[in-house]
Amino acid sequence: MIKIIFKEHSGAVHEVTGTEGESLMDVAMNNMVPGIDGDCGGDCACGTCHVIVAADWANKLAQANGEEDALIGMTPDKQDGSRLACQVVLNGDLDGMEVTLPEFQM
Amino acid sequence: MSTPLTADFIVDPYSVPLDSIDVSDSRMFLHHTAWKAYFERLRNEDPIHFQKESDFGPFWSITRFEDIQFVDKHHELFSSEPAVVIGDMTEELPLEMFIAMDNPRHDEQRVAAQPVVAPKNLAEMESLIKERVDIILDSLPIGETFDWVDKVSIELTGQMLATLFDFPQEDRRKLTYWSDLALDLPEVTGGDGTHEVRNAGLQECFQRFNELWEERTKLSDAERADKFDLISLLQNSEKTKDMVDRPMEFLGNIMLLIVGGNDTTRNSLTGGILAINKYPDEFEKIKKNPGLIPNMVPEIIRWQTPLSHMRRIATQDVELGGKTIKKGDKVVMWYASGNRDERVIDNPDAFIVDRPKARHHLSFGFGIHRCMGNRLAEMQIRITWEEILKRFEKIEVMKEPSYVKSNFVKGYTELLVKLTAK
Ligand code: HEM
Ligand code: FES
Repeated sequence: MIKIIFKEHSGAVHEVTGTEGESLMDVAMNNMVPGIDGDCGGDCACGTCHVIVAADWANKLAQANGEEDALIGMTPDKQDGSRLACQVVLNGDLDGMEVTLPEFQM
Repeated sequence: MSTPLTADFIVDPYSVPLDSIDVSDSRMFLHHTAWKAYFERLRNEDPIHFQKESDFGPFWSITRFEDIQFVDKHHELFSSEPAVVIGDMTEELPLEMFIAMDNPRHDEQRVAAQPVVAPKNLAEMESLIKERVDIILDSLPIGETFDWVDKVSIELTGQMLATLFDFPQEDRRKLTYWSDLALDLPEVTGGDGTHEVRNAGLQECFQRFNELWEERTKLSDAERADKFDLISLLQNSEKTKDMVDRPMEFLGNIMLLIVGGNDTTRNSLTGGILAINKYPDEFEKIKKNPGLIPNMVPEIIRWQTPLSHMRRIATQDVELGGKTIKKGDKVVMWYASGNRDERVIDNPDAFIVDRPKARHHLSFGFGIHRCMGNRLAEMQIRITWEEILKRFEKIEVMKEPSYVKSNFVKGYTELLVKLTAK
């Protein structure tokens, strides 16, 4: 079990768990964490699963590919640590990771 | 052989051989079931379909949900230049719009224009939209037959556009007029418009916006920083502050927002009314539980699919579904078909307000060109339905609607309704 802490923009905190190989988006959806739309179903094609990964954790993640970068580049609320949740895959190193949800999805 | 426009339209696609059906024939959309049957046949029998001849030249039709998502996402394989409608734009006015640009220009221009419809701005606009919706709905006649398209859908989207540009409200019907002209040509979308009328209209539009631009430049930087209309935003951004000197680009961006934000939302507002009449149990559901409105909004947008297609040009040979699309070939993604693909959407013809995963639809496209105004459109439709439910017990469609003759804009010219107050 890998623990993930989702913080909503309002401040509400959801401590949930996922398993290796699941995406951050799967974990949020499976645990009814609000604030992610995921319109394209996890295909890196819509940008509506935007999350912001805390700095300490961001460098533990695999680099975003060009597609993900392109969509994040078009996201009005982008910040340092912005990622698409459907493209971040869980592994043991990410146990305890903190992720913030943006105020709006694009 | 394709069907020339003078030939009789064939309502039943199963009555002819597969390679003689023509899904670019705009008359298909004048008929409320013909287009569905045409696409159903292609999805089942030849989902990546090459049509050798049409009024728009040879083209590939992509008709299944997942194949459309693939093409839309792979902008490096499928270019949006020089146009995204099935027919090529006329040479006289080669408008430059970022919807029809590849990178890097696409990203530059989109990022400059985006703040105008970014969710933060929208939150500020919400009360304004609600006020406008209130006024429009309160002015409607009760118990009398009237045209919902004219009195509600056009009115509301016109007011909204005027707000986005900070364009004089009293002239908002001009925006609707220019929008309707923009794509209405036989060789572009199978419409009935003429070049003369279109060019005159676009000239006038361009002039008006030039004047607006001039007026806005007279504002001080501080004054302009407070404004969130599109023109001020373009003027505030380094890359676009001189756009007025590039007329085709300036007019292109203006037209993109006018057309993008007009027909689409308008036809969703009308489509929703038709949908609840065809599926009255769903209207009862939403009346009992208005909390379902946020789920009903994407369902309306899917069910309507306000834009039937987007087109691309292959940048290299691409294998798709056992076919080879050659470099340079025209590729048409039929969203109207993908949104009815039973492989991905259960019972896709049905309008279901509490449909699971209602947001998983193709109407806004996918990838870097995905609709920039999606949140504005959703917000307008949501507010309109919230206010409708507060006021009306019944919205009865009095006659089958009349449809727009276009293979691109999927919508209505008239929908006669009668209201019963609550
Ligand atoms: C229900 C309403 C709407 C629908 C169904 C719709 C549909 C679409 C579609 C299909 C695309 C192209 C996507 C692609 O190629 O993958 C698009 C792009 C676009 N739409 Fe919308 N649209 C709607 C409302 C709006 C509104 C309200 C605005 C603005 C005020 C708008 C502005 C744009 C712009 C600027 C683009 C170009 C984006 C780009 O190329 O990066 N749309 N829209
Ligand atoms: S779900 Fe669409 S990009 Fe992640």
